[in-house]
Amino acid sequence: MNIIFHIIKKEFIQFRQDKKMFIVSFFAPVFQLLILGYAATFDVSKIPMAVCDFDNSPSSRTLIRNFTSTEYFRVVGYYDKTSEIDNQLDDGHASIAVVIPRGFEKKMGAGQSAPLQVIADGTETSSATIGLNYAFVIVSRYSQNIVLESLIKRGSVMMPARLSTEFRIWYNPDLKSRNFMVPGVLGLLLMVMTMILTSLAIVKEKELGTLEQLVVTPIKPYQLIIGKLAPFFVIGVIDVILVVFFASVVFSLPVKGGVLLLLGLSLIFLMTTLGLGLFISTISRTQQQAMMTAIFFFMMPMVFFSGFVFPIENMPTIIQYISYLIPLRYYFVIVRGLFLKGVGMSILWTQALALLIFGSVILSLSVMRFQKRLG
Amino acid sequence: MKLWVGKKEKQINNAQSDLEYAVVADRLTKKFGKFIAVDHVSFKVKRGEVFGFLGPNGAGKSTTIRMLCGLLLPTEGTASVDGFDIAKQSDDVKAHIGYMSQRFSLYEDLTVEQNINFYGGIYGLDGKHFEERKRWAIEMAGLIGKETMLAQALSGGWRQRLALGCSILHEPPILFLDEPTGGVDPVSRRNFWDLIYDLSHRGVTVFVTTHYMDEAEHCNTIGLIYNGKLIATGSPTELKHNLDRYSIFEVHCTQPVDAMELLRGQTWTAETSIFGSAFHVSTFNEPDTQKKISQVLAKNKIQTERIEQIIPSLEDVFIHMIAEEDARKDGDIHL
Repeated sequence: MNIIFHIIKKEFIQFRQDKKMFIVSFFAPVFQLLILGYAATFDVSKIPMAVCDFDNSPSSRTLIRNFTSTEYFRVVGYYDKTSEIDNQLDDGHASIAVVIPRGFEKKMGAGQSAPLQVIADGTETSSATIGLNYAFVIVSRYSQNIVLESLIKRGSVMMPARLSTEFRIWYNPDLKSRNFMVPGVLGLLLMVMTMILTSLAIVKEKELGTLEQLVVTPIKPYQLIIGKLAPFFVIGVIDVILVVFFASVVFSLPVKGGVLLLLGLSLIFLMTTLGLGLFISTISRTQQQAMMTAIFFFMMPMVFFSGFVFPIENMPTIIQYISYLIPLRYYFVIVRGLFLKGVGMSILWTQALALLIFGSVILSLSVMRFQKRLG
Repeated sequence: MKLWVGKKEKQINNAQSDLEYAVVADRLTKKFGKFIAVDHVSFKVKRGEVFGFLGPNGAGKSTTIRMLCGLLLPTEGTASVDGFDIAKQSDDVKAHIGYMSQRFSLYEDLTVEQNINFYGGIYGLDGKHFEERKRWAIEMAGLIGKETMLAQALSGGWRQRLALGCSILHEPPILFLDEPTGGVDPVSRRNFWDLIYDLSHRGVTVFVTTHYMDEAEHCNTIGLIYNGKLIATGSPTELKHNLDRYSIFEVHCTQPVDAMELLRGQTWTAETSIFGSAFHVSTFNEPDTQKKISQVLAKNKIQTERIEQIIPSLEDVFIHMIAEEDARKDGDIHL
């Protein structure tokens, strides 16, 4: 016990003496949270729109006003040649363009269908799709109103029946992708902080030769492992608290399901990341190797297959099965459930159990491998 | 001043204990795949002596020392250290040895004192006894007043002595040093050997590997290791007696390479080897060899500056042994 204490104490002295490590462990998580919270968003608003109104009639102006009165579009300029619109799209000044041909109002007045052109920049697929959807909704609502108005004007007695759907979105009513991202960032941060830092800290001792020196002392492998992992466990817990604090203060995103439950389940998740860190340290000779292994063989696949960026349901079946092997996947369900839905253990126990199994298996395999390497 | 506490009672209780020998290796072998790094090496190290393991790089010195310290498991054979079996009782072995390698395994981002505190803690030292040991280590390393310096700021000699201090804080009866003087200046090397003698006088058994011949001369007993095989053991004087059958001459002349070639062709020449600008010829003990050498060289118009018979150095012994070993091995292959 005493020996473990001495190792932990040494780790903390080294940690305190290394300003860079301090910044990486505590400042970087907050920084990353803020950046991802603000910048990493799929929400589409204020789409730059170029307008080419050849009709220039009250009807065409009303239609354009329907666009600009929403927060989804902002007009970057009015043009009277289609070639100028092409330029705007080419330059990227505008992502969408609306062209209203001459005779728009006249055709509508005559009860004919009035054509309207909407051009979207498709290089960014998701933004373009979303922008076009908004445009479609605005235009159809506009045409519905016109039909209604003309019916009323004609004094029609019979009002056409209308279906009205009321949409209600649960858990994230504003559909803000920030609310989806911020809890995810917690999972990423914990993995980076604990997995990479743990493997680096152990491999560093290998490089320096101090690990060999420790092995010739009467120290037991388990004491060494606990002593080396404990500090990163503590850093992980502090990072959870930091993220929870900033998420609720800066992004008004409290942990609806309870901070303690989040902390408890995070501890289970930390078992997997610390175990992987230990494992990486057993297969790497140098810190560079450890870093590359951690990033390319563990981090990247995990980020892509865990549902952090792309929804797992949209992935090919095989990859969906692979994703079951990624602990981060379960942790994402947990953090999003706790942050957004406010669900409890009754729902999350399967994820918790999966993490617990993964954590125990990874940690014990790594410990065995580490001990064998030392022996 | 009693700095070294003996652990005699423990050894007497241990059935395997051998009070005379601190280290006993019996056909110790280590294979890495097909490569045999250490090949059935047997030797005994007397308590309190300085045992030098001498050999070229890659001969198996470090592998042997790493097996004895419990860092590697032997493939075959056994060894005991302080009476404990290295394979079965490695924890006991580790508690009774100090180990220092060429890399001076210190934490560079910790201060002198923090390094000592850490290793002291690992060895379970505390209280007054630890304070004493800490003071001793700092004094021994010549680091008084530098306790708060980072280890990375220390020069080679200091680091070496601090590393030594850290590895013997727990007063081990046996000390293993794996090329301890690599990358250290000659003055520091000299000081370091003084420390080793000092420890040896206090009863510590020192097992040291080196490829420096002058260091080997300082040892009580030397084991010559070559290609994983222990080819000779004995005190420096005993080893030199191996060359009693030969006379060794140092030759200074104009074309040493040609001269060596010529002399190697003589029936009375055993070996030639280059030493700086001169070379050594070992000849079978025949009368007038010195004259014969100068005659051969003169006949071939090589100007000799000086030919003198010398007392063989360990290097001569080593070169001779290696040549013999190579010859024997070639013989084996041709069989």
